[in-house]
Amino acid sequence: MALKIVKGSIDRMFDKNLQDLVRGIRNHKEDEAKYISTCIDEIKQELKQDNIAVKANAVCKLTYVRSLSTLPFSCNTLFCCTRIGYLAASQCFHESTDVIMLTTNQIRKDLSSPNQYDTGVALTGLSCFVTPDLARDLANDIMTLMSHTKPYIRKKAVLIMYKVFLKYPESLRPAFPRLKEKLEDPDPGVQSAAVNVICELARRNPKNYLSLAPLFFKLMTSSTNNWVLIKIIKLFGALTPLEPRLGKKLIEPLTNLIHSSDSELIVPLSCIAVLISLSSGMPNHSASHVVCVIVKYLGLLAMSKILKTHPKSVQSHKDLILQCLDDKDESIRLRALDLLYGMVSKKNLMEIVKKLMLHVDKAEGTTYRDELLTKIIDICSQSNYQYITNFEWYISILVELTRLEGTRHGHLIASQMLDVAIRVKAIRAFAVAQMATLLDNAHLLTGNTQRNGICEVLYAAAWICGEFSEHLENPLQTLEAMLRPKVATLPGHIQAVYVQNAAKLFATVLRSQEGNTDSTTAQETSQLMIDRLPLFVQSANLEVQERASCILQLVKYIQKLQQKDVEVAEEVSALFAGELNPVAPKAQKKVPVPEGLDLDAWINEPPSESESEDEKPKAIFTKEEPKHSRPRHTEVDEKELARRREARKQEQANNPFYIKASPSSQKVYQETPGVEHIPVVQIDLSVPLKVPGLPMSDQYVKLEEERRQKERAEKKKKEKKKRKEKRSGRGKKHDSGPESEEDITPAHMVDIVTEEMPEVGRILHVCVCRPLADSEKLPVRSHRPTEAPKSPAEDGDTESAAPQEPKKKSSKEKKEKKKDKDKDRKVRLKEKHFQHLNMVCDIQGNLQDGSQVVVSVIFENKCNSFLKSMEFNVLDSLNSKLQRPEGAGPHDGLTVPFQLPPGVSNEARFVFTVQSIVMPQKLKGTLTFIVKNEDSSTHEKLDFKLHFTCTSYLITTPCYSDAFAKLLESGDLKGSSVRLEGVNMPFHHLLARICFHHHFSVVERIDSCASMYSRSIQGHHVCLLVKTADQTVSIDAKCDEPSLLGNVLDEIKQTFSQC
Amino acid sequence: MIKAILIFNNHGKPRLSKFYEHYSEDTEQQIIRETFHLVSKRDENVCNFLEGGMLIGGSDNKLIYRHYATLYFVFCVDSSESELGILDLIQVFVETLDKCFENVCELDLIFHVDKVHNILAEMVMGGMVLETNMNEIITQVDAQNKMEKSEVRIFDHENSQSPSYI
Repeated sequence: MALKIVKGSIDRMFDKNLQDLVRGIRNHKEDEAKYISTCIDEIKQELKQDNIAVKANAVCKLTYVRSLSTLPFSCNTLFCCTRIGYLAASQCFHESTDVIMLTTNQIRKDLSSPNQYDTGVALTGLSCFVTPDLARDLANDIMTLMSHTKPYIRKKAVLIMYKVFLKYPESLRPAFPRLKEKLEDPDPGVQSAAVNVICELARRNPKNYLSLAPLFFKLMTSSTNNWVLIKIIKLFGALTPLEPRLGKKLIEPLTNLIHSSDSELIVPLSCIAVLISLSSGMPNHSASHVVCVIVKYLGLLAMSKILKTHPKSVQSHKDLILQCLDDKDESIRLRALDLLYGMVSKKNLMEIVKKLMLHVDKAEGTTYRDELLTKIIDICSQSNYQYITNFEWYISILVELTRLEGTRHGHLIASQMLDVAIRVKAIRAFAVAQMATLLDNAHLLTGNTQRNGICEVLYAAAWICGEFSEHLENPLQTLEAMLRPKVATLPGHIQAVYVQNAAKLFATVLRSQEGNTDSTTAQETSQLMIDRLPLFVQSANLEVQERASCILQLVKYIQKLQQKDVEVAEEVSALFAGELNPVAPKAQKKVPVPEGLDLDAWINEPPSESESEDEKPKAIFTKEEPKHSRPRHTEVDEKELARRREARKQEQANNPFYIKASPSSQKVYQETPGVEHIPVVQIDLSVPLKVPGLPMSDQYVKLEEERRQKERAEKKKKEKKKRKEKRSGRGKKHDSGPESEEDITPAHMVDIVTEEMPEVGRILHVCVCRPLADSEKLPVRSHRPTEAPKSPAEDGDTESAAPQEPKKKSSKEKKEKKKDKDKDRKVRLKEKHFQHLNMVCDIQGNLQDGSQVVVSVIFENKCNSFLKSMEFNVLDSLNSKLQRPEGAGPHDGLTVPFQLPPGVSNEARFVFTVQSIVMPQKLKGTLTFIVKNEDSSTHEKLDFKLHFTCTSYLITTPCYSDAFAKLLESGDLKGSSVRLEGVNMPFHHLLARICFHHHFSVVERIDSCASMYSRSIQGHHVCLLVKTADQTVSIDAKCDEPSLLGNVLDEIKQTFSQC
Repeated sequence: MIKAILIFNNHGKPRLSKFYEHYSEDTEQQIIRETFHLVSKRDENVCNFLEGGMLIGGSDNKLIYRHYATLYFVFCVDSSESELGILDLIQVFVETLDKCFENVCELDLIFHVDKVHNILAEMVMGGMVLETNMNEIITQVDAQNKMEKSEVRIFDHENSQSPSYI
């Protein structure tokens, strides 16, 4: 034995601590992984030991190595272990970690620890892994902590509430008043935490917090904490768009803040950011002139904010912003790019893009170049190519971009090419010519096989050439280019497009050649196809293979026909006849249901229940008449849609971040248009001058200028004419003025495929302005065993509530007693409403001590006066006594350890000793308190009754089915039973109700039969067998104390009679 | 909200990582690597902000970093945080470390990760800034350390008296 002890301690001496572990890892530079894995094995061994110190050390090391996924808390009373435990948990736990479910009680215990740091550490840990369940269970505990005496705890509790709100939105409304109250907390830390939380909340849904504006206004002018100032200013930034008057009011204090010399650079800058968003053209762009990079960056950031409201004032700084593109700092360049995006107009698009193209050439680093490329495309394509006046220019820009080396965005360019070629009809001939050149020079693009993102462009090129092959000048040449052996090195999906479009080209070529007298050329073309296609038939890509072999056979057949001198061109081109139209993503909805098709009718009648109805289906099918097919159908559709929308709204209402759909957002179902009515706006326009050869986009800039000048001249001419005509009539005339945006007519128009707007955005959909409903109170989970509470005496010592000044004057109401059993879901929660004071109490058995019951009472001050010197007294019965501090007489009251300012609530706990728990009982009590007004104070008294039900002596205790069976077999238990009629709720609800209200746990459940178990604080076993059939529930119960059982059953019966 | 706090050295070795949103181990490693890649190639005299983009979900996010001797301190934040405020916070963090470790250096961070975590926990909680006042932070950290020390003494004493596991 002694030897063992020695051995044990020696073993421990050689245990590694964290330092050793780190040192070890550093010494094993070569085989780090191996060393770590051996360490982990050691740690596992250590975790299995009973010694808590060894365990803590192991956990600490694990945190360092970060290899574990689950870990039970080190359930210990020592702070150092708790701290390590929570640190480990905060690093490793996340929402899907299973063990979290087991931690609720441990966390609750730590939260109510008398040591502020235990609580603090628990809060910090919790903030990292709070789950919806934890949030729901602990919300109430955290609420209580928000009015803790220590500011250290208060600020943490306030901060963590945000996380709780996120996971459990229902808690926001009940908690909000207290949160608001914390804005005026005497401790600046708590204040800042509250501001922090409200700012985060307001970011989701600023509307809710408008009412707080005056309060924040006061804080802003009084606070000296920079952090708080920044947050408040940010908050105002979110609020001002909603309330324009606020903006006017803010300008003065904000400018004051800017000028105040003592605050650092931070605050003025944030001020600028907000001022900008609300100012009407204040000259504050000077910020961007400052050399300091940070300011430059922030200046650009601020500019992007001005841009949204005052685009004109930013546009004048275009040159400055373009300069920023030359900055060596990538962040600044990216910001500048962002700004450019918002600055373009029809007038300056070409110029800006030209500059950007220059930058593309100069730019180093592929990421930045890619960013430039996407921005160019974004800028040009924004809002349906709104700013592009000449699409030939755009195509040539795209073609120029293909010369970029090693970009990832080939597919982006490709999709733009396709989009433009399809939607701008006038441009097709030009686009096809360009694409043909691209195909011809494909080797240039594919040359560098490693970074071949750009070869995606060939996909578009091939498709455009194929689809619009009638515009090709020399289709045969292009066909040949597409069938080069080199093509086989391209990615599969591009090859597939090549093959398919080669077939289209082939059809075009045939048609042109068959017109000629010489039939051999046509046959040669077929031969070309037959020669080249086998290359693709052997491709590894299935799609290429499939298409190639299909087309190869087709061509072979054509060749056969050709040899017989049959004209085939017409038939071949019929294969690809018809035009492909762009279709909006939501166009499907607009396709009318064909005549005679009823989507609501059953295609196959669902199997009927009884045989006798079998003749029916026939009738139903014949009944299907055209008259009820469409008009009625759309109506049904609409109803159905509305219903679904409603359901979705309901769902969104429960989602904290969803906003309500604006009433106008949904388009009404249109009258049934034909397929042609899919909204494709087609406008053909004056075709611009043709630029031969490979175009340079620059040429277009010049051409565009010329075109505009010409147009202007024409317009002037026209106007002159008009004027001339008018001059004879009236002398009045108006100047045409400088060229405005709208005057610039585009050279090409895009087919605009209309799309519906996205339906809704998201904001926090919890209104905090409405008064609280009863059902919204945070659940006070009473069925879980909690820590032994502090005795009231201790309470008195530790909790001396921070004195707060009473503010409002009182009214002289008389209290009236209105005692009720609370009939909502928490049966045991009894509320007593009075005019002054509201008391809610919750009674719990004490697991550790069989003769103790803890009553937690929440006092809420409902009046406008200050309540103080509250004294709580209960008339003891023989059976149950209020625990009073030593030395106090049996009839003395207990002082409630806090005072209540108006509207504030707080919780106190009282301990009762109970002798026998078999009977429920009621205790009469009184609460005396002083109502203090500005000028007077009155003494008031309040009578109440405490109802100790037998259920409150029960404690949820899990039980295994074998132990349960043994217990029943033992025969010590007396039986009793009860029947409940007319209970129409699902069985699992019924069970959940019993579990929740009466502290039972389910041992086993088979279909509509379940066994349940609970234990009283004095160790009585209570077993239930619950069966249900046709709204009747029978409960057979067994317990070693028949009268306790009888009372519990009565209470269960009562629970169900109330619902 | 602060999404993540990373400290790594000039060679990209992570010294501290704290994520306030859950990511898998691999993603976390990836994020650290990429962040290092982005931050390390920037000049000393450029601004301290970097648009993280796809690093930690969403383009709303920014990287705000500072470089001290051998260490990079990187905060990944969303748009609700003020850029300069966070820069200031990093400064406070480093100064606090300096006070707590007396001339902090990289080795301190290696050997006392737990302490660094504890200090951080006093400044940032669940991604939200808890305290920016350095004196307050130091007071709280010291108080906790003192308590821990006194406990450890009792604790060792107890264990040597009665090894309960035999």
